[in-house]
Amino acid sequence: MKFSRQGNSTVVFPVMPVVRSSACVVGPKEGKGPLREGFDLIHENTLAGRTSWEKAESLMLRQSLDIALAKAGLDETQIDFLLAGDLLNQIISANFMAREFDVPFIGLYGACSTMAEGLIIASMMVAGGFATNAALAVSSHHDTAERQYRYPTEFAYMRTPTSQWTVTAACSTVIGLAGNGPWIEAATAGRVQDNGVTDANDMGSAMAPAFADTVWRHLQDMSRKPEDYDLILSGDLGKIGSRLARQLLRQKGVDIEDRHRDAGLLIYEDSPEIGAGGSGCACSAAVFSAMVVPSMRRGELKRVLLVATGALHSPTTCQQGESIPSIAHAVSLVWKNEEVKS
Amino acid sequence: MPRANTREKEAYRKLSIKASPPRPILRNAVVAFLVGGAICLVGQIILSWISSTGIGRVQALSRTQTIMVFLGAFFTGLGLYDRLGAFAGMGAAIPITGFANSIVSPAMEFKREGFILGVSARMFQVAGPVIVYSFVASLAVSSAVLILAR
Repeated sequence: MKFSRQGNSTVVFPVMPVVRSSACVVGPKEGKGPLREGFDLIHENTLAGRTSWEKAESLMLRQSLDIALAKAGLDETQIDFLLAGDLLNQIISANFMAREFDVPFIGLYGACSTMAEGLIIASMMVAGGFATNAALAVSSHHDTAERQYRYPTEFAYMRTPTSQWTVTAACSTVIGLAGNGPWIEAATAGRVQDNGVTDANDMGSAMAPAFADTVWRHLQDMSRKPEDYDLILSGDLGKIGSRLARQLLRQKGVDIEDRHRDAGLLIYEDSPEIGAGGSGCACSAAVFSAMVVPSMRRGELKRVLLVATGALHSPTTCQQGESIPSIAHAVSLVWKNEEVKS
Repeated sequence: MPRANTREKEAYRKLSIKASPPRPILRNAVVAFLVGGAICLVGQIILSWISSTGIGRVQALSRTQTIMVFLGAFFTGLGLYDRLGAFAGMGAAIPITGFANSIVSPAMEFKREGFILGVSARMFQVAGPVIVYSFVASLAVSSAVLILAR
Protein backbone atom coordinates (compact mmCIF):
# COMPACT_ATOMS: atom_id res chain seq x y z
CA MET A 1 0.00 0.00 0.00
CA LYS A 2 1.26 3.41 -0.94
CA PHE A 3 1.96 5.65 2.00
CA SER A 4 0.56 9.04 1.08
CA ARG A 5 2.32 11.46 3.34
CA GLN A 6 4.81 14.16 2.67
CA GLY A 7 7.02 15.86 5.20
CA ASN A 8 6.12 15.71 8.86
CA SER A 9 2.42 16.24 8.79
CA THR A 10 0.95 16.67 5.32
CA VAL A 11 -1.34 14.22 3.62
CA VAL A 12 -1.05 14.08 -0.18
CA PHE A 13 -3.89 12.35 -1.95
CA PRO A 14 -2.78 9.91 -4.67
CA VAL A 15 -6.34 9.90 -5.94
CA MET A 16 -7.61 13.44 -5.63
CA PRO A 17 -11.10 13.76 -4.15
CA VAL A 18 -13.40 16.11 -6.03
CA VAL A 19 -15.58 18.87 -4.69
CA ARG A 20 -18.72 17.70 -6.51
CA SER A 21 -20.92 20.52 -5.33
CA SER A 22 -21.29 23.12 -2.64
CA ALA A 23 -24.21 25.17 -1.39
CA CYS A 24 -24.66 27.96 1.10
CA VAL A 25 -27.77 29.21 2.90
CA VAL A 26 -27.35 32.52 4.72
CA GLY A 27 -29.09 35.03 6.96
CA PRO A 28 -30.11 38.59 6.06
CA LYS A 29 -26.88 40.36 6.98
CA GLU A 30 -24.73 38.00 4.89
CA GLY A 31 -27.32 38.23 2.11
CA LYS A 32 -26.65 41.96 1.87
CA GLY A 33 -22.87 41.49 1.89
CA PRO A 34 -20.39 41.57 -1.00
CA LEU A 35 -20.79 37.83 -1.72
CA ARG A 36 -24.60 37.85 -1.98
CA GLU A 37 -24.56 36.71 -5.62
CA GLY A 38 -22.84 33.47 -4.64
CA PHE A 39 -25.36 32.26 -2.05
CA ASP A 40 -28.02 29.69 -2.87
CA LEU A 41 -30.69 30.83 -0.43
CA ILE A 42 -30.97 34.01 1.62
CA HIS A 43 -33.30 34.15 4.61
CA GLU A 44 -34.85 37.52 5.36
CA ASN A 45 -34.95 36.83 9.07
CA THR A 46 -32.47 35.07 11.38
CA LEU A 47 -35.37 32.92 12.66
CA ALA A 48 -35.94 31.58 9.12
CA GLY A 49 -39.60 31.06 9.95
CA ARG A 50 -38.86 28.85 12.98
CA THR A 51 -39.71 29.41 16.63
CA SER A 52 -36.12 29.50 17.89
CA TRP A 53 -32.70 30.40 16.52
CA GLU A 54 -31.40 26.90 17.24
CA LYS A 55 -34.20 25.45 15.10
CA ALA A 56 -33.43 27.97 12.40
CA GLU A 57 -29.75 27.02 12.34
CA SER A 58 -30.57 23.35 12.03
CA LEU A 59 -33.08 24.08 9.26
CA MET A 60 -30.50 26.09 7.35
CA LEU A 61 -28.06 23.19 7.60
CA ARG A 62 -30.67 20.83 6.17
CA GLN A 63 -31.53 23.23 3.37
CA SER A 64 -27.89 23.67 2.41
CA LEU A 65 -27.37 19.91 2.31
CA ASP A 66 -30.52 19.42 0.21
CA ILE A 67 -29.29 22.03 -2.28
CA ALA A 68 -25.76 20.59 -2.39
CA LEU A 69 -27.13 17.10 -3.07
CA ALA A 70 -29.43 18.43 -5.79
CA LYS A 71 -26.55 20.31 -7.41
CA ALA A 72 -24.45 17.13 -7.44
CA GLY A 73 -27.40 15.19 -8.84
CA LEU A 74 -27.35 12.80 -5.90
CA ASP A 75 -29.88 11.65 -3.36
CA GLU A 76 -29.14 10.71 0.22
CA THR A 77 -28.89 6.98 -0.55
CA GLN A 78 -25.76 7.72 -2.58
CA ILE A 79 -24.02 9.41 0.33
CA ASP A 80 -21.86 7.03 2.38
CA PHE A 81 -21.01 9.38 5.21
CA LEU A 82 -22.47 12.62 6.47
CA LEU A 83 -20.08 14.79 8.46
CA ALA A 84 -21.34 17.91 10.18
CA GLY A 85 -20.47 20.36 12.90
CA ASP A 86 -21.38 23.72 14.40
CA LEU A 87 -20.50 25.95 17.34
CA LEU A 88 -23.19 25.05 19.84
CA ASN A 89 -22.86 22.84 22.92
CA GLN A 90 -23.19 19.16 21.98
CA ILE A 91 -23.15 20.29 18.30
CA ILE A 92 -26.93 20.27 18.39
CA SER A 93 -27.50 22.00 15.06
CA ALA A 94 -25.60 19.24 13.28
CA ASN A 95 -27.09 16.41 15.32
CA PHE A 96 -30.66 17.64 14.86
CA MET A 97 -30.07 18.12 11.14
CA ALA A 98 -28.69 14.57 10.88
CA ARG A 99 -31.86 13.02 12.25
CA GLU A 100 -33.55 14.11 9.02
CA PHE A 101 -31.12 12.11 6.88
CA ASP A 102 -30.87 8.35 6.67
CA VAL A 103 -27.09 8.42 6.29
CA PRO A 104 -24.26 7.26 8.61
CA PHE A 105 -23.35 10.38 10.54
CA ILE A 106 -20.13 11.62 12.11
CA GLY A 107 -20.36 14.77 14.22
CA LEU A 108 -17.41 17.16 14.25
CA TYR A 109 -16.23 19.93 16.50
CA GLY A 110 -13.31 22.13 15.53
CA ALA A 111 -14.87 25.48 16.46
CA CYS A 112 -14.54 27.75 13.43
CA SER A 113 -12.05 25.36 11.79
CA THR A 114 -14.71 22.69 11.27
CA MET A 115 -14.99 23.31 7.51
CA ALA A 116 -11.34 22.43 6.87
CA GLU A 117 -11.39 19.65 9.46
CA GLY A 118 -14.37 18.11 7.69
CA LEU A 119 -12.80 18.51 4.25
CA ILE A 120 -9.70 16.64 5.45
CA ILE A 121 -11.69 13.75 6.92
CA ALA A 122 -14.11 13.52 3.98
CA SER A 123 -11.18 13.56 1.54
CA MET A 124 -9.44 10.78 3.46
CA MET A 125 -12.64 8.73 3.40
CA VAL A 126 -13.03 9.15 -0.32
CA ALA A 127 -9.34 8.80 -1.25
CA GLY A 128 -8.96 5.86 1.12
CA GLY A 129 -11.71 3.96 -0.62
CA PHE A 130 -14.09 4.05 2.33
CA ALA A 131 -16.70 6.20 0.63
CA THR A 132 -17.79 7.04 -2.89
CA ASN A 133 -19.41 10.24 -1.73
CA ALA A 134 -19.13 12.01 1.59
CA ALA A 135 -21.20 15.06 2.45
CA LEU A 136 -19.96 17.78 4.79
CA ALA A 137 -22.20 20.37 6.41
CA VAL A 138 -21.19 23.16 8.79
CA SER A 139 -23.09 26.04 10.30
CA SER A 140 -22.91 28.98 12.65
CA HIS A 141 -25.59 31.46 13.68
CA HIS A 142 -25.00 34.88 15.18
CA ASP A 143 -27.88 34.72 17.66
CA THR A 144 -27.33 31.16 18.90
CA ALA A 145 -23.59 31.77 19.31
CA GLU A 146 -24.13 35.14 20.99
CA ARG A 147 -26.38 33.69 23.72
CA GLN A 148 -24.03 30.78 24.34
CA TYR A 149 -20.72 32.62 24.29
CA ARG A 150 -21.61 36.20 25.25
CA TYR A 151 -24.73 38.12 26.24
CA PRO A 152 -28.45 38.04 25.43
CA THR A 153 -28.95 39.60 21.99
CA GLU A 154 -31.00 42.53 23.33
CA PHE A 155 -28.46 43.37 26.05
CA ALA A 156 -27.11 46.91 25.60
CA TYR A 157 -23.32 46.83 25.52
CA MET A 158 -20.59 48.21 23.34
CA ARG A 159 -18.60 45.73 21.28
CA THR A 160 -14.84 46.13 21.40
CA PRO A 161 -13.02 46.90 18.12
CA THR A 162 -11.31 43.48 18.35
CA SER A 163 -14.57 41.52 18.59
CA GLN A 164 -15.92 39.65 15.60
CA TRP A 165 -19.41 39.05 14.25
CA THR A 166 -20.54 35.43 14.00
CA VAL A 167 -21.72 34.59 10.49
CA THR A 168 -25.28 33.29 10.20
CA ALA A 169 -25.03 30.63 7.52
CA ALA A 170 -25.00 26.94 6.78
CA CYS A 171 -22.92 25.43 4.01
CA SER A 172 -22.70 21.95 2.61
CA THR A 173 -20.39 20.33 0.17
CA VAL A 174 -20.26 16.89 -1.43
CA ILE A 175 -16.86 15.25 -1.81
CA GLY A 176 -16.63 12.35 -4.24
CA LEU A 177 -14.44 10.61 -6.77
CA ALA A 178 -15.81 12.20 -9.93
CA GLY A 179 -17.42 15.47 -10.80
CA ASN A 180 -16.88 19.12 -11.50
CA GLY A 181 -13.93 19.93 -9.30
CA PRO A 182 -11.98 21.64 -7.84
CA TRP A 183 -9.84 18.81 -6.56
CA ILE A 184 -8.34 18.37 -3.13
CA GLU A 185 -4.65 17.58 -3.53
CA ALA A 186 -3.22 17.80 -0.05
CA ALA A 187 -4.06 18.69 3.53
CA THR A 188 -2.23 19.58 6.71
CA ALA A 189 -3.96 19.07 10.03
CA GLY A 190 -3.15 21.69 12.63
CA ARG A 191 -1.52 21.43 16.02
CA VAL A 192 -3.17 23.16 18.92
CA GLN A 193 -1.35 26.41 19.69
CA ASP A 194 -1.63 28.61 22.73
CA ASN A 195 0.12 31.95 22.98
CA GLY A 196 -1.60 32.97 26.18
CA VAL A 197 -4.41 35.17 24.81
CA THR A 198 -7.22 35.24 27.39
CA ASP A 199 -9.58 37.82 25.84
CA ALA A 200 -12.53 35.97 24.30
CA ASN A 201 -13.35 39.18 22.41
CA ASP A 202 -10.03 38.99 20.59
CA MET A 203 -10.09 35.64 18.83
CA GLY A 204 -8.06 36.91 15.91
CA SER A 205 -5.02 37.33 18.16
CA ALA A 206 -5.64 33.93 19.73
CA MET A 207 -5.83 32.13 16.36
CA ALA A 208 -3.06 33.85 14.40
CA PRO A 209 -0.23 31.64 15.79
CA ALA A 210 -2.15 28.48 14.83
CA PHE A 211 -2.64 29.82 11.30
CA ALA A 212 1.03 30.75 10.95
CA ASP A 213 2.16 27.37 12.27
CA THR A 214 -0.04 25.35 9.92
CA VAL A 215 0.76 27.43 6.84
CA TRP A 216 4.48 27.24 7.59
CA ARG A 217 4.40 23.47 8.11
CA HIS A 218 2.33 22.98 4.98
CA LEU A 219 4.76 24.97 2.85
CA GLN A 220 7.73 23.11 4.38
CA ASP A 221 6.18 19.68 3.83
CA MET A 222 5.19 20.46 0.25
CA SER A 223 8.49 22.27 -0.49
CA ARG A 224 6.48 25.19 -1.79
CA LYS A 225 6.40 28.96 -1.55
CA PRO A 226 3.36 31.20 -1.05
CA GLU A 227 3.68 32.13 -4.75
CA ASP A 228 2.64 28.57 -5.63
CA TYR A 229 -0.87 29.49 -4.45
CA ASP A 230 -3.15 32.00 -6.12
CA LEU A 231 -4.94 32.50 -2.84
CA ILE A 232 -4.21 31.66 0.79
CA LEU A 233 -7.57 32.03 2.48
CA SER A 234 -7.75 32.18 6.28
CA GLY A 235 -11.06 31.34 7.92
CA ASP A 236 -11.80 34.12 10.34
CA LEU A 237 -8.66 35.84 11.58
CA GLY A 238 -10.23 39.27 11.08
CA LYS A 239 -8.23 42.46 10.76
CA ILE A 240 -6.03 42.03 13.81
CA GLY A 241 -5.45 38.30 13.43
CA SER A 242 -4.53 38.74 9.76
CA ARG A 243 -2.01 41.42 10.61
CA LEU A 244 -0.48 39.23 13.33
CA ALA A 245 -0.44 36.09 11.18
CA ARG A 246 1.41 37.87 8.39
CA GLN A 247 3.92 39.23 10.91
CA LEU A 248 4.49 35.80 12.46
CA LEU A 249 5.10 34.27 9.05
CA ARG A 250 7.40 37.10 8.06
CA GLN A 251 9.47 36.33 11.16
CA LYS A 252 9.92 32.84 9.70
CA GLY A 253 10.89 34.29 6.33
CA VAL A 254 7.59 33.63 4.58
CA ASP A 255 5.77 36.54 2.97
CA ILE A 256 2.10 35.88 2.17
CA GLU A 257 1.08 39.55 2.05
CA ASP A 258 -0.02 39.75 -1.59
CA ARG A 259 -2.00 36.49 -1.74
CA HIS A 260 -3.52 36.25 1.69
CA ARG A 261 -7.18 37.08 2.13
CA ASP A 262 -9.35 36.52 5.18
CA ALA A 263 -12.85 35.09 4.80
CA GLY A 264 -13.98 37.18 7.77
CA LEU A 265 -13.10 40.33 5.83
CA LEU A 266 -14.64 39.17 2.55
CA ILE A 267 -18.11 38.30 3.79
CA TYR A 268 -19.23 41.70 5.16
CA GLU A 269 -18.76 45.34 4.29
CA ASP A 270 -16.62 47.05 6.92
CA SER A 271 -18.66 48.54 9.77
CA PRO A 272 -18.22 49.24 13.50
CA GLU A 273 -20.88 46.62 14.28
CA ILE A 274 -18.90 43.89 12.50
CA GLY A 275 -15.77 44.95 14.41
CA ALA A 276 -12.65 43.08 13.34
CA GLY A 277 -14.52 40.89 10.82
CA GLY A 278 -16.81 37.89 10.50
CA SER A 279 -16.26 34.60 12.35
CA GLY A 280 -17.85 31.21 12.85
CA CYS A 281 -17.75 27.79 11.18
CA ALA A 282 -19.79 29.12 8.30
CA CYS A 283 -17.48 32.08 7.67
CA SER A 284 -14.79 30.13 5.80
CA ALA A 285 -17.43 27.73 4.49
CA ALA A 286 -19.57 30.50 2.99
CA VAL A 287 -16.60 32.11 1.27
CA PHE A 288 -15.47 28.68 0.07
CA SER A 289 -18.89 27.97 -1.41
CA ALA A 290 -19.75 31.43 -2.73
CA MET A 291 -16.35 32.55 -3.94
CA VAL A 292 -13.56 29.95 -4.00
CA VAL A 293 -15.36 27.10 -5.77
CA PRO A 294 -16.98 29.30 -8.46
CA SER A 295 -13.71 31.20 -9.08
CA MET A 296 -11.80 27.94 -9.46
CA ARG A 297 -14.42 26.57 -11.84
CA ARG A 298 -14.09 29.70 -13.95
CA GLY A 299 -10.35 29.07 -14.00
CA GLU A 300 -9.53 32.32 -12.20
CA LEU A 301 -7.84 30.53 -9.33
CA LYS A 302 -5.64 27.53 -10.04
CA ARG A 303 -4.49 26.63 -6.57
CA VAL A 304 -5.98 27.72 -3.27
CA LEU A 305 -4.91 27.02 0.29
CA LEU A 306 -7.93 27.11 2.57
CA VAL A 307 -6.84 27.49 6.18
CA ALA A 308 -9.78 27.54 8.57
CA THR A 309 -8.92 28.63 12.09
CA GLY A 310 -10.70 27.78 15.32
CA ALA A 311 -10.59 29.10 18.89
CA LEU A 312 -11.08 26.09 21.14
CA HIS A 313 -12.39 27.82 24.24
CA SER A 314 -15.68 27.81 26.09
CA PRO A 315 -17.25 30.44 28.37
CA THR A 316 -16.38 28.19 31.33
CA THR A 317 -12.66 28.02 30.54
CA CYS A 318 -12.54 31.78 29.98
CA GLN A 319 -14.24 32.47 33.31
CA GLN A 320 -11.72 30.18 34.99
CA GLY A 321 -8.93 32.33 33.56
CA GLU A 322 -7.62 29.82 31.02
CA SER A 323 -6.03 31.11 27.85
CA ILE A 324 -7.52 30.25 24.46
CA PRO A 325 -6.06 27.23 22.62
CA SER A 326 -6.39 27.53 18.85
CA ILE A 327 -6.13 25.38 15.79
CA ALA A 328 -5.86 25.78 12.03
CA HIS A 329 -6.31 23.14 9.37
CA ALA A 330 -5.08 23.63 5.81
CA VAL A 331 -6.56 22.13 2.66
CA SER A 332 -4.95 22.65 -0.74
CA LEU A 333 -7.37 22.77 -3.66
CA VAL A 334 -6.39 22.69 -7.32
CA TRP A 335 -8.14 23.26 -10.59
CA LYS A 336 -7.13 20.98 -13.43
CA ASN A 337 -8.24 21.80 -16.92
CA GLU A 338 -8.63 18.25 -18.13
CA GLU A 339 -11.87 16.65 -16.99
CA VAL A 340 -11.28 13.50 -14.97
CA LYS A 341 -13.61 10.68 -15.95
CA SER A 342 -14.84 8.27 -13.33
CA MET B 1 6.35 24.19 21.19
CA PRO B 2 2.57 24.52 20.80
CA ARG B 3 2.17 26.09 24.23
CA ALA B 4 4.11 29.31 24.57
CA ASN B 5 6.26 29.95 27.64
CA THR B 6 5.98 33.12 29.71
CA ARG B 7 8.57 35.02 27.72
CA GLU B 8 6.99 34.09 24.38
CA LYS B 9 3.55 34.98 25.72
CA GLU B 10 4.75 38.40 26.78
CA ALA B 11 6.38 39.02 23.40
CA TYR B 12 3.20 37.94 21.64
CA ARG B 13 1.05 40.10 23.89
CA LYS B 14 3.08 43.14 22.85
CA LEU B 15 2.81 42.19 19.19
CA SER B 16 -0.95 41.77 19.59
CA ILE B 17 -1.39 45.16 21.24
CA LYS B 18 0.59 46.76 18.42
CA ALA B 19 -1.63 45.09 15.81
CA SER B 20 -4.88 46.10 17.53
CA PRO B 21 -6.57 49.41 16.79
CA PRO B 22 -6.55 51.81 19.74
CA ARG B 23 -9.83 51.98 21.63
CA PRO B 24 -11.53 55.31 20.90
CA ILE B 25 -11.60 56.27 24.57
CA LEU B 26 -12.24 59.99 24.06
CA ARG B 27 -15.08 59.36 21.59
CA ASN B 28 -16.60 56.76 23.94
CA ALA B 29 -16.37 59.06 26.94
CA VAL B 30 -17.98 62.00 25.11
CA VAL B 31 -20.80 59.87 23.69
CA ALA B 32 -21.39 58.16 27.05
CA PHE B 33 -21.54 61.57 28.73
CA LEU B 34 -24.03 62.95 26.20
CA VAL B 35 -26.31 59.91 26.00
CA GLY B 36 -26.15 59.17 29.74
CA GLY B 37 -26.77 62.85 30.40
CA ALA B 38 -29.75 62.88 28.04
CA ILE B 39 -31.30 59.91 29.84
CA CYS B 40 -30.79 61.68 33.17
CA LEU B 41 -32.35 64.82 31.69
CA VAL B 42 -35.46 62.83 30.78
CA GLY B 43 -35.53 61.52 34.35
CA GLN B 44 -35.16 65.04 35.73
CA ILE B 45 -38.00 66.36 33.54
CA ILE B 46 -40.26 63.55 34.73
CA LEU B 47 -39.24 64.19 38.36
CA SER B 48 -39.90 67.92 38.11
CA TRP B 49 -43.25 67.31 36.46
CA ILE B 50 -44.35 64.81 39.11
CA SER B 51 -43.04 67.06 41.93
CA SER B 52 -45.07 69.98 40.52
CA THR B 53 -48.27 68.06 41.33
CA GLY B 54 -47.38 68.61 44.98
CA ILE B 55 -46.82 65.04 46.18
CA GLY B 56 -43.89 64.42 48.52
CA ARG B 57 -40.29 64.11 47.33
CA VAL B 58 -39.94 60.42 48.24
CA GLN B 59 -43.15 59.63 46.36
CA ALA B 60 -42.02 61.64 43.35
CA LEU B 61 -38.62 59.91 43.29
CA SER B 62 -40.01 56.40 43.41
CA ARG B 63 -42.54 57.20 40.68
CA THR B 64 -39.79 58.63 38.49
CA GLN B 65 -37.71 55.48 38.99
CA THR B 66 -40.66 53.31 38.07
CA ILE B 67 -41.27 55.29 34.88
CA MET B 68 -37.57 55.15 33.89
CA VAL B 69 -37.40 51.40 34.51
CA PHE B 70 -40.53 51.01 32.40
CA LEU B 71 -38.99 53.04 29.58
CA GLY B 72 -35.79 50.98 29.65
CA ALA B 73 -37.78 47.74 29.54
CA PHE B 74 -40.10 49.09 26.85
CA PHE B 75 -37.32 50.12 24.48
CA THR B 76 -35.52 46.82 25.13
CA GLY B 77 -38.70 45.05 24.09
CA LEU B 78 -38.84 47.11 20.92
CA GLY B 79 -35.29 45.99 20.13
CA LEU B 80 -33.94 49.54 20.28
CA TYR B 81 -32.11 49.75 23.60
CA ASP B 82 -29.34 47.34 22.57
CA ARG B 83 -28.58 49.63 19.64
CA LEU B 84 -28.29 52.58 22.01
CA GLY B 85 -25.94 50.45 24.14
CA ALA B 86 -23.81 49.51 21.13
CA PHE B 87 -23.52 53.21 20.30
CA ALA B 88 -23.15 54.77 23.73
CA GLY B 89 -21.70 51.97 25.90
CA MET B 90 -21.75 52.92 29.57
CA GLY B 91 -23.86 55.98 28.76
CA ALA B 92 -26.75 53.58 28.19
CA ALA B 93 -25.73 50.96 30.76
CA ILE B 94 -25.27 53.01 33.94
CA PRO B 95 -28.62 54.87 34.19
CA ILE B 96 -31.48 52.85 35.69
CA THR B 97 -32.86 52.26 32.18
CA GLY B 98 -29.74 50.16 31.52
CA PHE B 99 -30.42 48.16 34.66
CA ALA B 100 -33.92 47.45 33.34
CA ASN B 101 -32.37 46.38 30.03
CA SER B 102 -30.02 43.97 31.80
CA ILE B 103 -33.01 42.18 33.35
CA VAL B 104 -35.44 42.32 30.44
CA SER B 105 -32.95 41.23 27.76
CA PRO B 106 -32.18 37.79 29.30
CA ALA B 107 -35.86 37.37 30.17
CA MET B 108 -36.70 37.85 26.49
CA GLU B 109 -33.77 35.74 25.34
CA PHE B 110 -34.63 32.70 27.44
CA LYS B 111 -38.41 32.74 27.05
CA ARG B 112 -38.04 29.84 24.60
CA GLU B 113 -36.66 27.68 27.42
CA GLY B 114 -39.89 28.15 29.39
CA PHE B 115 -41.08 30.45 32.18
CA ILE B 116 -39.47 28.55 35.09
CA LEU B 117 -36.07 27.41 33.82
CA GLY B 118 -35.91 30.07 31.12
CA VAL B 119 -37.33 33.49 31.96
CA SER B 120 -37.27 33.45 35.76
CA ALA B 121 -34.05 31.46 36.24
CA ARG B 122 -32.03 33.49 33.74
CA MET B 123 -33.56 36.91 34.35
CA PHE B 124 -30.77 37.97 36.71
CA GLN B 125 -27.93 36.50 34.68
CA VAL B 126 -26.48 39.98 34.10
CA ALA B 127 -28.15 41.97 36.89
CA GLY B 128 -27.55 39.35 39.60
CA PRO B 129 -23.96 40.42 40.41
CA VAL B 130 -25.08 44.09 40.44
CA ILE B 131 -27.77 43.32 42.99
CA VAL B 132 -25.52 41.14 45.15
CA TYR B 133 -22.65 43.60 45.32
CA SER B 134 -24.84 46.67 45.76
CA PHE B 135 -26.38 44.82 48.70
CA VAL B 136 -22.91 44.02 50.07
CA ALA B 137 -21.82 47.64 49.55
CA SER B 138 -24.89 49.04 51.31
CA LEU B 139 -24.30 46.62 54.17
CA ALA B 140 -20.70 47.78 54.46
CA VAL B 141 -21.66 51.46 54.37
CA SER B 142 -24.47 51.13 56.89
CA SER B 143 -22.21 49.10 59.21
CA ALA B 144 -19.59 51.82 58.98
CA VAL B 145 -22.18 54.48 59.73
CA LEU B 146 -23.47 52.46 62.68
CA ILE B 147 -19.98 52.08 64.14
CA LEU B 148 -18.75 55.61 63.45
CA ALA B 149 -21.96 57.27 64.61
CA ARG B 150 -21.59 55.86 68.13
